Amino acid sequence: MKSLLATLALTTALTVPGYAMARPVTLTTTLNNYGGDGAYLALYVTDTSGAYVGSLWMAGSKSKYYKHLTDWYRATGGDTAQVDGITGASVGAGRSLEITLDLADALFDAGYTLHVDAAVEDMRDSPNEIAVPLTIEGASTLVRGRRYIASFAYDM
Amino acid sequence: MIRVLHRWPGLLAFALLVVLSLSGAALSVFPVAERITAPQAESGLTVATLVDRIHATYPGVEQIRRAPSGRITAYWFDQGTPGAAVIDPATGQGVVSADPNQLHRWLTNLHRSLFLGDGGRIAMALAAAAMLILALSGAALVARRVGGWKHWFAPLRGPLAGRLHVEIARIAVIGLTLSSVTALWMTASTFDLLPDDGATPAFPTEVSGEMGVALGQLALLVETPVTDLRELSFPYPDDATDVFTLKTDQGTGYLDQGTGALLTWADLGGWDRLSETIYMLHTGQGAATLGLVLGLMALGVPALAATGVLTWLAGRRGRPRIWGNQSAVRAETVLLVGSEGGSTWGFAATLHAALTQAGQSVHVASMSAFAPHRYTGAKRIIVLAATYGDGGAPASAKGFLDRLPAADSAPAAPLAVLGFGDRSFPAYCGFAKSVAAAAEAKGWPEFLPLDTINRQSPQDFARWGRALGQAMGIELELSHQPVHPVTQALTLISRRDYGAEVQAPTAILRFALPRSTLWQRLTGASFARFDAGDLINILPEGSTVPRSYSLASSRRDGFIEIVVKKHPGGLASTQLTALKPGQTVTAFLRRNPGFKPGRGRAPLILIGAGTGIGPLAGFVRGNARRRPIHLFFGMRRPDSDFLYDQEMPAWQDEGRLTRLVTAVSRGNRPEYVQDALRGDKAQAAQLIHNGARVMVCGGRGMATGVADALTEILAPSGLTPAVLKAEGRYVEDVY
Repeated sequence: MKSLLATLALTTALTVPGYAMARPVTLTTTLNNYGGDGAYLALYVTDTSGAYVGSLWMAGSKSKYYKHLTDWYRATGGDTAQVDGITGASVGAGRSLEITLDLADALFDAGYTLHVDAAVEDMRDSPNEIAVPLTIEGASTLVRGRRYIASFAYDM
Repeated sequence: MIRVLHRWPGLLAFALLVVLSLSGAALSVFPVAERITAPQAESGLTVATLVDRIHATYPGVEQIRRAPSGRITAYWFDQGTPGAAVIDPATGQGVVSADPNQLHRWLTNLHRSLFLGDGGRIAMALAAAAMLILALSGAALVARRVGGWKHWFAPLRGPLAGRLHVEIARIAVIGLTLSSVTALWMTASTFDLLPDDGATPAFPTEVSGEMGVALGQLALLVETPVTDLRELSFPYPDDATDVFTLKTDQGTGYLDQGTGALLTWADLGGWDRLSETIYMLHTGQGAATLGLVLGLMALGVPALAATGVLTWLAGRRGRPRIWGNQSAVRAETVLLVGSEGGSTWGFAATLHAALTQAGQSVHVASMSAFAPHRYTGAKRIIVLAATYGDGGAPASAKGFLDRLPAADSAPAAPLAVLGFGDRSFPAYCGFAKSVAAAAEAKGWPEFLPLDTINRQSPQDFARWGRALGQAMGIELELSHQPVHPVTQALTLISRRDYGAEVQAPTAILRFALPRSTLWQRLTGASFARFDAGDLINILPEGSTVPRSYSLASSRRDGFIEIVVKKHPGGLASTQLTALKPGQTVTAFLRRNPGFKPGRGRAPLILIGAGTGIGPLAGFVRGNARRRPIHLFFGMRRPDSDFLYDQEMPAWQDEGRLTRLVTAVSRGNRPEYVQDALRGDKAQAAQLIHNGARVMVCGGRGMATGVADALTEILAPSGLTPAVLKAEGRYVEDVY
């Protein structure tokens, strides 16, 4: 269900030739113990020029708080249609978010970047916590976030 | 209906409301603490200067926020490590960690969601809705009880729990209404049920592409005072396309990081402003004092919940089961009950049982259920009606006075109305009188004239029962016990006799305090707690109908004292006046909260004659705080029935009694106590004018005489005994 919807969400924004070629990719985001309430996380992709391509996941269900995911909000204008069907609960401090999506092969090694924006109530907004280029080689490499994310990796 | 709306949300939401209010009260302290501890900006400080100072200390500054309390927080990165601190605006340096307070976070989550996420939020919102319903229905009930909105703060009487409930509620209701409305608004906003203006302007598509404008050259920052600042975000280092984002009390805008020019701006919308105001009113963030006041009012909720449940339980206990109730269609006698607290139902149950035992078929229903077309088999209809507040309909009689005139015709079966009330209230049995008048207007035949029962008196009820039995041609003995009391045997320890010479044998009887169980002491039940003016009900041998006597002592005195005059043929008074020390009587206590001197330092004018001196002497004896007391005491002959003659001088010496005025009815210059009052006209009027409280105890004739005298005395000042009664400054204990 998740993967199907995620693929659909991406296809609406992405017309990648040969889209039919896709593979399951697991995105694992582990938060550190920052001592606050559950974090809102937006996972999305930009292209070579830095332009927004599509969203992969939104952790956090209340759209009134999306403006604190500053970069994602700027890129989408806060359009909740971008995350329809790919929205889940916010992620508690010290917890992990693991999602598996069918991502088009064409997204890899083509200059696309995967971003994670984070925000926590009454604490600083942290746009662009993670920015990793999507490459086959970079899979399973742990990346540290700036403030809330202890580690992020995508595996396939 | 309003009562139902008040009862069920209260009982259902009891626990949630206690959690909500306690956590809310605790949270209300934080904004004040933040306001006090946060270093405040000097007046006239601009955002540009502030930012310069912070930037000098923390070159990696990313964001600066200002809370409504004036607290300024900076967030920065220093060599890849995030940092944050509360900033002293005077120096731009961090003074304390900016990490959120864990206790505050814990309380907030408890308060809004019980740590249960959205389900918890909805539960708490329902509790807030229950609180709103309780506040509004409660306000309507208070208004009804005190006889209108303009008497909102009128003094109250009745059982302690109910009084406390109203006393707290009429102060806290404002805060609770505000807090619950704002809570519902905030929940609706959280769940996206309210429109959102989206005050964020569109991100500028074109920027200068330059970087490194001097902070002092950002014109908007120079113009904006720090007090208007909400948030300033810096552009990402080395990203020429990024901008400064400034949020102020007016709106949000983007500033070019190369030229300092304002690129786009969006004003705060109306909905956003409204939402912010509501947030402020609920949390006290930005209105710390108001928040603290609301927090204090919230502290009333646990007390309201406890006293509310106690009142409800007492009302439930007070309403007995009716065994063998007949259908309305078949019954020969229909009993209609108008009861507020439930005590009138008790009388109805007694009457129902007695009539049933006498072979009658009886139907009991509330007056609200009045359905004349169904009473096809009825030979008589009896209305037992209490009164609510200033002559209003009690809870179970709502709508009766609308339905009766609207009926096609009055029922054929004749009517008897029995009113229940308290003579010390101005509208004594006012509702019963209204019912009788409406019945007469409708042409409803009557088989017994309107009668009244004062203060649930079992004697009054038994007397009326005999009249009823006579009218029905049956033998009817109504022995009613208003509550089901635990009786105790009281042992007489001493007696002093008066009045034999004037053919009014009277005795001051002093009984030993019975031992109380621990539970009785904890709950104040039975004789574990009593004050002068409370009633002791004596069950004379050979009768189940108790007789009431006013207590002349309080628990602190260490004995139970009453004053009893022997009435020819009186069962209880004969037995009591013949009692010898060491002998016992069976008795139980009934509180009489309506006849108490109350707290405060206002002078007391106590007026009594004969045995009416009992509770008044008790008040004087208990007057350890030396409140001014003026006692008017009527007797027959000073050498015969001057009750408490030995104590009076000592009480005066000790300052417990300011002045004693006696009236002697047999002698050279016979006068009654009301005459003595008239003789003291000027001073009495002055005392009352200055807030004195009048308490009258004695026979009905004396009380009427005193009321007449007071009417004369007060006439020049425009006051009347009725006004004083309404203010709770004129109370009577009349028998």
